[in-house]
Amino acid sequence: MWKWLHPWAKAEKAYQLCGRLSPWFGIICLGLLVTGSVWGLLFAPPDYQQGESVRIIYIHVPASILSMGAYAAMTIAAFIALVWQIKMSELYIIAVAPIGIGFTLIALLTGAAWGKPMWGTWWVWDARLTSELILLFIYIGILALYNAFEDKNTAGKAVSIFTLVGSINLPIIHYSVVWWNTLHQGATVSKMGKPSMEMSMYWPLLMNIIGFGFLLAYLGCVRMQNQILLREKHRPWVKKMVMEGDNHAV
Amino acid sequence: MALSNWAVYSATLKRDLKLALRQKVDVVNPLFFYVLVIILFPIGIGPEPDLLQRVAPGVIWIAALLSTLLGVEKLFKEDYDDGVLEQLILSPVPLPVVVMAKMTAHWCTSGLPIILISPLLAAFLNVNASGLLAVILTLLVATPLLSIIAAIGAALTVGLQKGGVLISLLVLPLNIPILIFATSAVDNAMSNSPYNGQLAVLTAFLILAMMLGPFAVSSSLKVSVS
Repeated sequence: MWKWLHPWAKAEKAYQLCGRLSPWFGIICLGLLVTGSVWGLLFAPPDYQQGESVRIIYIHVPASILSMGAYAAMTIAAFIALVWQIKMSELYIIAVAPIGIGFTLIALLTGAAWGKPMWGTWWVWDARLTSELILLFIYIGILALYNAFEDKNTAGKAVSIFTLVGSINLPIIHYSVVWWNTLHQGATVSKMGKPSMEMSMYWPLLMNIIGFGFLLAYLGCVRMQNQILLREKHRPWVKKMVMEGDNHAV
Repeated sequence: MALSNWAVYSATLKRDLKLALRQKVDVVNPLFFYVLVIILFPIGIGPEPDLLQRVAPGVIWIAALLSTLLGVEKLFKEDYDDGVLEQLILSPVPLPVVVMAKMTAHWCTSGLPIILISPLLAAFLNVNASGLLAVILTLLVATPLLSIIAAIGAALTVGLQKGGVLISLLVLPLNIPILIFATSAVDNAMSNSPYNGQLAVLTAFLILAMMLGPFAVSSSLKVSVS
């Protein structure tokens, strides 16, 4: 398996792989997100207590799950970068961090928009909201740390260590609704066997969650390509590709 | 000749404490900052005893967080600048042990003075006797934790010219959970409810940080020096 896996750690191969995968991820993401959102926002039944404003969960829940999912992916990449010294996974951390910031912001903003009619307030200092906010700050810290270094090789290693340290926050966010009595409701989706919601609401939600996952994969691939080009801009293969003019790798 | 871990630890601790005590300003200034920040609050928000009592846990703890951050930039900086750090990394002594000693020294010069002066300041803020005990206990458990987390930030940024603000940016979000548990412990204590739970969680954080922190710091130092 290692022989098969190893070539992808090279920048050129990784670039080509990202280029080959990203259109597929893009198409699947578009299909799922359009179907899921139209179904969820227009056709799924309104909630008997929350009325129409329940529809915000079709954006809020996927964004918040994937804001943590992106960080989990970065943690795995950081571990790989530190243990096996693979430079590509350092680049992956930096490629995904801004996407994570985006998802975290979407989760916080849609949550606030939902909280106003439901809880009567934009923001409460509740455990899950607070820890999601901490996640946002950790993402920002990662980017700030990366940009502070002149030498991007050192920056990548430093960021890997900080990402691992910050991953302590993930279980805190996930279990915050279990550990503390908070305003935020408990898990409804992740109860695998029997989700505690109506099936006609569950399917569009599931489609959007997977769709956001593919969105993360798509944006991750595209940004990864950019990062590889930025880091490797003096290498012959990049020059050759630019000189030839056509982007045959894609 | 191989040195035992304990010999390495105590030698480094002695050296760092001696260096810190030679530059007394570095010890006194964060403490002075701590006292001043706390004194600003009664002046800023008004001297009503009830109000002060309600904000006291937060005020004491935020001041403690900020003043631990003040001195931490220097934790590895001088050793980095004069090359001692490089020699320590090259030498056969285990780096995590050295790092542990350095963090202990940092705690002795930043955390310990804060703990010693806190009863006086808590009295200023009208904290009652049971709250006072909780303030001291939480500080005792959690200031070493602050030193360890701050050391990670300092180690990551030691190679940078202007690391000061960045350290705060990296470290403060990680400190928020500590702040939450510590202040809720003091709050509970002031209303005479049990606060064992919060204290236990803080202790668990501390044990976890003591286990993993030295390794995180030493690999950050290796990254920064290389």
